[in-house]
Amino acid sequence: MFENDASSLADLLLDSTLQSVDRAEELVTGAARQMGFDEEDLHKVGIAVRESMVNAVAHGNRYNTRKKVHLQVWKQKDRLVVDIADDGNGFEVVTVPDPLDNSNLLKQSGRGLLMIRAFMDEFVVSRREPSGTRVRMVKILPQAAE
Amino acid sequence: MSVKLTTRQVGDVTVIDADGRITLGEGSTAFREKIKELLGANNKKILVNMANITYIDSSGIGELVSSFTTTTNAGGALKLLSLGKRVQDLLQITKLYTVFETFDDEAAAVRSFS
Repeated sequence: MFENDASSLADLLLDSTLQSVDRAEELVTGAARQMGFDEEDLHKVGIAVRESMVNAVAHGNRYNTRKKVHLQVWKQKDRLVVDIADDGNGFEVVTVPDPLDNSNLLKQSGRGLLMIRAFMDEFVVSRREPSGTRVRMVKILPQAAE
Repeated sequence: MSVKLTTRQVGDVTVIDADGRITLGEGSTAFREKIKELLGANNKKILVNMANITYIDSSGIGELVSSFTTTTNAGGALKLLSLGKRVQDLLQITKLYTVFETFDDEAAAVRSFS
């Protein structure tokens, strides 16, 4: 999946609970801090992980206690890579209404993916087999991105 | 830490001093309940002081939008005061700066309701 220089920072299965959302955010921001990201980037990474975890726990696994969320974190050279996978029914990104469309501005939900895209350098959503969704998020250290 | 919401009255405007995090779960529920309580007591001019909000996720943003709509539909107004950079950035990203009236100065914000 990665070149040899990738090192795993975390690989765990989490319950489909809001406590897991907090735990994942704490774990990933801790790893990002050790890599040298500044406070603003840590905040962005934390929000992106929180949004992805909420999607996995609430929309994917629907808080089903038998379903788990698979969290994997790597450091690869100058970048933090985070994979979050659920066991839900999956979804097509193109079917998600555009939250920036004027007709959707006053809707209560639907802004999570927008925020993840804004805060991370790469964001890819893919289907898992036989079911579920996997998101990959990448954040590059600023000095490397310049 | 979740969010702590304290209300005070400035003339006929109710100021909510929000402190902490507004996220999915306790934070967003507390905010919704506070707005419901205020509208139930016929306090329809609501100014949310965001100066001490350290963190808000998409659920928290959604709760602000929902509160704005509920208050407006009840014939009132909900405005925002003292947004930190992170909240300002989120309102830009989500285009909600076109929805919310925001202020840096409390006195000016209170006057805007009259």
